[in-house]
Amino acid sequence: MSRLLPPAFGVLCIVALLCLLQLAIQAGIVDVYIVPLPTDMLASLPRLVEEEHVIRRFGVTFGETLSAGLLALVVGVALGMALQHWPRMRRAFEPWFALLAAAPLVMAYPLFLVLFGRSSLTIIVIAFASALAPVVLKTIEGFATIRPVLIDVGHSLRMTRAQEFRLILLPAALPEIFVGLRLALIFALINVVGVEFLINLGGLGQLISELSERYDLPGTWASIGLVVIVSILFFLLLDGGERWLRKRH
Amino acid sequence: MSAPLLSVDGVTRRFGPETCGVLAVDNMSFDVRQGEFVSIIGPSGCGKSTLFSMLGGLLPPTSGRIAVEGDVITGPHPAVGMVFQEESCLPWRSVIDNVAFPLELEGIGKSERHDRAQHFVELVGLHGFEKRHPAELSGGMRQRVCIARTLAAKPRLLLMDEPFAALDEQTRLLLGDKVLQIQQELHQTTLLITHSITEAVQLSDRILVMTYRPGRLKRIVEVHLPRPRNADVVTSPEFGATVAEIWSDLREEASRGMAASEVS
Ligand SMILES: Nc1ncnc2c1ncn2[C@@H]1O[C@H](COP(=O)(O)OP(=O)(O)OP(=O)(O)O)[C@@H](O)[C@H]1O
Ligand SMILES: [Mg+2]
Repeated sequence: MSRLLPPAFGVLCIVALLCLLQLAIQAGIVDVYIVPLPTDMLASLPRLVEEEHVIRRFGVTFGETLSAGLLALVVGVALGMALQHWPRMRRAFEPWFALLAAAPLVMAYPLFLVLFGRSSLTIIVIAFASALAPVVLKTIEGFATIRPVLIDVGHSLRMTRAQEFRLILLPAALPEIFVGLRLALIFALINVVGVEFLINLGGLGQLISELSERYDLPGTWASIGLVVIVSILFFLLLDGGERWLRKRH
Repeated sequence: MSAPLLSVDGVTRRFGPETCGVLAVDNMSFDVRQGEFVSIIGPSGCGKSTLFSMLGGLLPPTSGRIAVEGDVITGPHPAVGMVFQEESCLPWRSVIDNVAFPLELEGIGKSERHDRAQHFVELVGLHGFEKRHPAELSGGMRQRVCIARTLAAKPRLLLMDEPFAALDEQTRLLLGDKVLQIQQELHQTTLLITHSITEAVQLSDRILVMTYRPGRLKRIVEVHLPRPRNADVVTSPEFGATVAEIWSDLREEASRGMAASEVS
């Protein structure tokens, strides 16, 4: 019960803010043509479900982000471990990943369009490319900052290489890797929605683009709200995943 | 007499090149016999941890041999258990799972290894903390978890590198008492590295005094205080005499160490 209290308080605060917004608009402090009434946003949902297939779009955006995230997880952890294993490679490539993490990759979307066509694949590839760097960097950091004495413990207990990896190295590096994954999913979602918006294809991003062109403000805002819900879902997923892995070690 | 459990013969360790490197341990030789409690004492930086790593098979000597139960070691020996100077709990495991860790590696099932680990948790006085994680414990409690974990593997030779160095004096005396109690209960053959003279005299049968740079064996002091001992031994006149004897040896080395570190 007490564990649920803080999140409940958080939700309550958001609801209170929305109520305040509602009052501000009704009182004429905020222009209704800039921010629509929260009640209107809520009221637009059934219309979005019926006419705009919002549930399918939600699934498309979620699926694209998940695919990009999973790819970044597999490739990023493998790359990070390889770079950590070969220090020369690490010195050669780590700066490039730091650069990649900072680069606004989405600006290069025309290039990806030419390479992969106007399809979900393009969206996933761009999102993957921008999600990769944080996973690589945090994986390197996770393995590089393991306290040497823990490795000594493994050796003194005469562990095999496989045991050492599974029981010492991996659990010690896991918290950092999860930090990387959290960043990766944020980057992936931003890029998925952004590219959907730009190339007018796919899920919630396209819907936001269409509705805003039609000046359907409540619908636009409701769709943005749905993007936030996708991101919350990923956070819950990662939290659950991390807790599950913790329990197994 | 039986062969010594640990036999160290002309062990030397150098870091860096022959001419300008650091000679951390120089030509040390000594034995530890079954059931003995031996302490190594020396000023900070004299090569104690280097020797400890070599005895544990984690660091190869530059020259010389180390034998455990008659086998010359080339890596960690199964009969040896190590407690490190730095606290070394696995932070993602609870206290009981930390202590049961070596048993888990042996492939012992969960309920049995928890039963066995429980005994060692109680031995170090951590009853009631089984489900806690290391982050929820004090430094002294964490070091006790590490001691329990090492004991749970039933080592025939226990090596400890200043396990209480990071703790305050009072806690250290209490833990010293605990070690005394454990040693008398388990008849555990132990080599303790320390820089506390009182701790060494309170616990040991023999004390090896090391010199500062290069780390050599300066003297071996036999402690003839009767066993079983407890913390009260500290008040006996013989205790005071032994402490004074070691202090006069160490003062020289410690001041050399201080002078050396002031220059560098
Ligand atoms: N990996 C290493 N590379 C180079 N020099 C080292 C290395 N490890 C230890 N030394 C040097 O060897 C000497 C002895 O170090 P050691 O850690 O064994 O001292 P110690 O007696 O354990 O000190 P303390 O009581 O402070 O723990 C020091 O001068 C140290 O600088
Ligand atoms: Mg040391």
